[in-house]
Amino acid sequence: MTASDKTLLELTNVGKHFGGVTALADVSLHIHRGDIYGLIGPNGAGKTTLFNVVTGLYQLDSGSFQFAGQSYTRCKPHLLAQAGIARTFQNIRLFANMSALENIMVGRHLRTRTGIWGALTRNAAARAEERATVQRARELLEYVGITCAHQTLAKHLSYGEQRRLEIARALATEPKLLTLDEPAAGMNATETVALKALLQKIRASGITVLLIEHDVKLIMGLCDRVAVLDYGKKIAEGAPEEVRRDPAVIAAYLGGEAA
Amino acid sequence: MKLHRSSGHLTLALALLALPFIIDALFGHGWVRIADFALLYIMLALGLNIVVGYAGLLDLGYIAFFAVGAYTYALLGSPQFGLHWPMYVVLPLGALIACGFGVLLGAPTLKLRGDYLAIVTLGFGEIIRIFLNNLNAPVNITNGPQGISAIDPLQIGGFSFGSSYEWMGMRVDDVHLHYYLFLAFTLLVIFVSRRLEDSRIGRAWVAIREDEVAASAMGINTRNIKLLAFAMGATFGGISGGLFAGFQGFVSPESFSLMESIMVLCMVVLGGMGNVGGVVLGGVLLVALPELFRNAAGPVQQMLLGKVVVDPESLRMLMFGLALILVMLWRPAGLWPSTQRRREFDADDSVLHQEQETVYDASK
Ligand SMILES: Nc1ncnc2c1ncn2[C@@H]1O[C@H](COP(=O)(O)OP(=O)(O)OP(=O)(O)O)[C@@H](O)[C@H]1O
Ligand SMILES: [Mg+2]
Repeated sequence: MTASDKTLLELTNVGKHFGGVTALADVSLHIHRGDIYGLIGPNGAGKTTLFNVVTGLYQLDSGSFQFAGQSYTRCKPHLLAQAGIARTFQNIRLFANMSALENIMVGRHLRTRTGIWGALTRNAAARAEERATVQRARELLEYVGITCAHQTLAKHLSYGEQRRLEIARALATEPKLLTLDEPAAGMNATETVALKALLQKIRASGITVLLIEHDVKLIMGLCDRVAVLDYGKKIAEGAPEEVRRDPAVIAAYLGGEAA
Repeated sequence: MKLHRSSGHLTLALALLALPFIIDALFGHGWVRIADFALLYIMLALGLNIVVGYAGLLDLGYIAFFAVGAYTYALLGSPQFGLHWPMYVVLPLGALIACGFGVLLGAPTLKLRGDYLAIVTLGFGEIIRIFLNNLNAPVNITNGPQGISAIDPLQIGGFSFGSSYEWMGMRVDDVHLHYYLFLAFTLLVIFVSRRLEDSRIGRAWVAIREDEVAASAMGINTRNIKLLAFAMGATFGGISGGLFAGFQGFVSPESFSLMESIMVLCMVVLGGMGNVGGVVLGGVLLVALPELFRNAAGPVQQMLLGKVVVDPESLRMLMFGLALILVMLWRPAGLWPSTQRRREFDADDSVLHQEQETVYDASK
């Protein structure tokens, strides 16, 4: 296996600023296939911005990133989803007035092809695809552990269920890389334990996970590698234990806490 | 269950077939004509429902596509250029051209949302109307404000929908024939709407309406899917427009004013955005009620006050506004909302309910 085979996502000197604010400065990192990679840092460090860059919601100002051997500088979100990057959002963005099942079915959009003609005629192919879509959506609901009625509107789910529904919707796109922005935020201890098990299950199924999280215990127990951002700069990277002892990280967190 | 449903369908079908004769017998000929117009409006409203109701793109210039369809028919089937192309060519062509205009409007406005989109589409609608108004010089194409008259009636082969026929001792008039023709088209449009709604494409539309950013992150090509909504909506508008031109025999720019766009939008919103049944209901009500009112307002005043105090026409608009406000207050999701939309507003209801209870508790 060569280095590029092993690396799924590689950022090279990525920079992004908003007016005077430098959200990302010269960030380089690489994520290996099959890893759970943690991204931590104080509030406003640029973690979400990094997600937005690799999912095409923001165009980067400098540098580039490589995903699955393909180089990107500017790219539409739907093409990156097509390439195999799926995400969840820090402030949950489900299709609030669609049912739990429909939310996941929308996630299948990318991997299905029924067009106008198929929809109108409901020919054999279209019907088979629709059935498969529903079937897959049901499986995914179960997979992430949502047991409520499938027709419940997304907005009527509990907070923890909404977080998990977002993961299911992202999984429906058949990603190579699943990026999760603070999935444990607002979850209670039991839910967090269940989430941890879910993420391990997802990794075991061959999907690489990129995880932003403030819950240090979760990060330490789950991640193979961790990178720390502070004021848009990467200040440390490595195995969780190393990073935890890194003086720069301690300073950033204590400084962040004190401020 | 299945039997029950199909017998229901049969009853509905018979009722729809008998309707023009029932209307004719009860209310007179004029009302059959109104029913014809109602069907045209329903088609329009269903087209707009795709854009506004499903995809959530507020389009205030929708009547432009109706105009494009109508003028296509008028120009290719009238003495204006001496062309008398058959209906089965002109009607699809009008739909196609309207569809093209839909894409033309959609493409540059894709990045706009909400109010901005509304303003641009409003401008587009007016531009089309003003064009039609002024395309009589230096080369006369549209005949300007005079409009185009003596348009060919809708006809297939030797059969014209514009004449009366005697059939087994029963007289079937042009308004009846148009009713059946329009009914067929309306049913087709309903069929297409329903099928699309409940498909991969329909879900993508709703997803964009719900959260465009999330939709694109899930791999939906929002540009194409939105363009598709514009194109589909415009196509329905174009078909309706062509039928309108052939039915009226006359078109002029003033039939395509902003007020018409707003009227169609009201049908969608009032009836129940995103629900085909609701939109049909909205179309029927908004065509029939003003007519009823127009006929009733004069005599009622005469009876009660001894003379006509307020011009029925202005009173009509007043009542129309009042009806709109009442519906929005009591049924904010429309008279017959889609289940989705109803649930959407339900949440607000529960908040309202809580608030009312708090007020109640406090005042105790
Ligand atoms: N769209 C935007 N416009 C302007 N500034 C932005 C935008 N997005 C992010 N920023 C700024 O970029 C910086 C990094 O923000 P980001 O959301 O990436 O932080 P974060 O690490 O995700 O923080 P948190 O832990 O609070 O989620 C912040 O200073 C933020 O204000
Ligand atoms: Mg963030």
